[in-house]
Amino acid sequence: MKEAYLPETLQEALQVRKDQKVLPIAGGTDLMIQHRREGGVAPAFEYPLLFLHKLKELKKIEQHTDQIIIGAGVLLSQLIEEQPVPELLRKTVRQMAAVTTRNVATIGGNICNASPAGDTLPFLYATEAVVLLQSLEGSRHLLIQDFITGPGKTALKEDELLVEIRIPYKEFKVAYYRKVGTRKALALSKISFAGLANFENGYLSDLRMAVGAVAPTVVRSREAEKQLIGLTVEEMKGKMQFVREIYSELIKPIDDARSTAGYRKAVSLDLLEWFVREEVCRGG
Amino acid sequence: MKIEFTLNGKPVDVDLSPNLRLIDVLREHFGLRSLKEGCGEGECGVCTILMDDRAVTSCIIPLGMVQGRKIETLESIRETHNFKIIRKAFEKTGAVQCGFCTPGMVVATEALMRKRNKPTRKEIIEAISGNLCRCTGYHMIIEGIEEAVQKREGI
Repeated sequence: MKEAYLPETLQEALQVRKDQKVLPIAGGTDLMIQHRREGGVAPAFEYPLLFLHKLKELKKIEQHTDQIIIGAGVLLSQLIEEQPVPELLRKTVRQMAAVTTRNVATIGGNICNASPAGDTLPFLYATEAVVLLQSLEGSRHLLIQDFITGPGKTALKEDELLVEIRIPYKEFKVAYYRKVGTRKALALSKISFAGLANFENGYLSDLRMAVGAVAPTVVRSREAEKQLIGLTVEEMKGKMQFVREIYSELIKPIDDARSTAGYRKAVSLDLLEWFVREEVCRGG
Repeated sequence: MKIEFTLNGKPVDVDLSPNLRLIDVLREHFGLRSLKEGCGEGECGVCTILMDDRAVTSCIIPLGMVQGRKIETLESIRETHNFKIIRKAFEKTGAVQCGFCTPGMVVATEALMRKRNKPTRKEIIEAISGNLCRCTGYHMIIEGIEEAVQKREGI
């Protein structure tokens, strides 16, 4: 068995995926730390590594009429530097890790690592992004919330690779991202929140509120959103308690090294209310 | 596994485990000791090197990932024209206190100076966001980088 594979093309990489059990590695910024041992010793991986950094097929950033397509191998730094990337995603990525990490870490890696605190995820849930999974047998599409099944768990099959992320193209009058962390750089999120909203003729016509790092996967309540859609700014203010109650059921944070469950719950509910009261209502 | 890459301007190849951390290969196999191991998890920046002109932390990069790429460490960066300017500027502003973070700060500064002609103060702060200084000398370091950028412009 080989120690690792360094394919030059997606086709070669998919052949390796079909033939044997490997661990795909994009930027490695999570994997290298999860598997590290003492200095001077190679990290211990369960399977041979499948390096993805040479695959040009995973590097595209394309604007289409109805969607923006981002290759899974696009660096976080490229999301900041290059066009066309939605402004809210750019804003999100700018608050992730530090320049040195963003220079190797990829968007595909952030998705497949499936951390509850993955910072690109609230944006992707809010925009209803679709992931394209490919194998030698063919390809399939999944909504991001169907792809991520739990902490560190995804629907990716052993012969598949995540190839691209498709973000439906839509202008939002209100586009908001807020990360709650201990410091400005190199902080893992205590809470990561993305909110989007639109108005038509004075009535709320669209609303998406996605909260990360407060449950096993990102929390988004269509029920709460639907309750507010169609209302005026004044009417929305009366619904705040209802929104808090619905999200309160769904937000199930944990205590860990970064924060406490109590803090996460209190602050995320306040953040939701603040988003509706300040950002959305001002937008209307 | 044979891995080929460009190291400090010269093509090199090694036959080592592709899972090894780049920091260990650079320090132990190539004897490049400008980079050091601090945190070992990509957060402190003392092992910063350039990979294809981008500043990265070599403690979280597996050797296999540098196949076909351009790697530069401070050993070659200190021969560049920028470095002469950076050194003078760091001396002038007192950007070096205990010196432990300095190699990483210099590499991060070089990456910024290659990318941007006239970086703003905000861009400077962002460029060294992955480099910790425990003497808390950030102000002098930021001033040092501002000085270096201005001096280069004057040439």
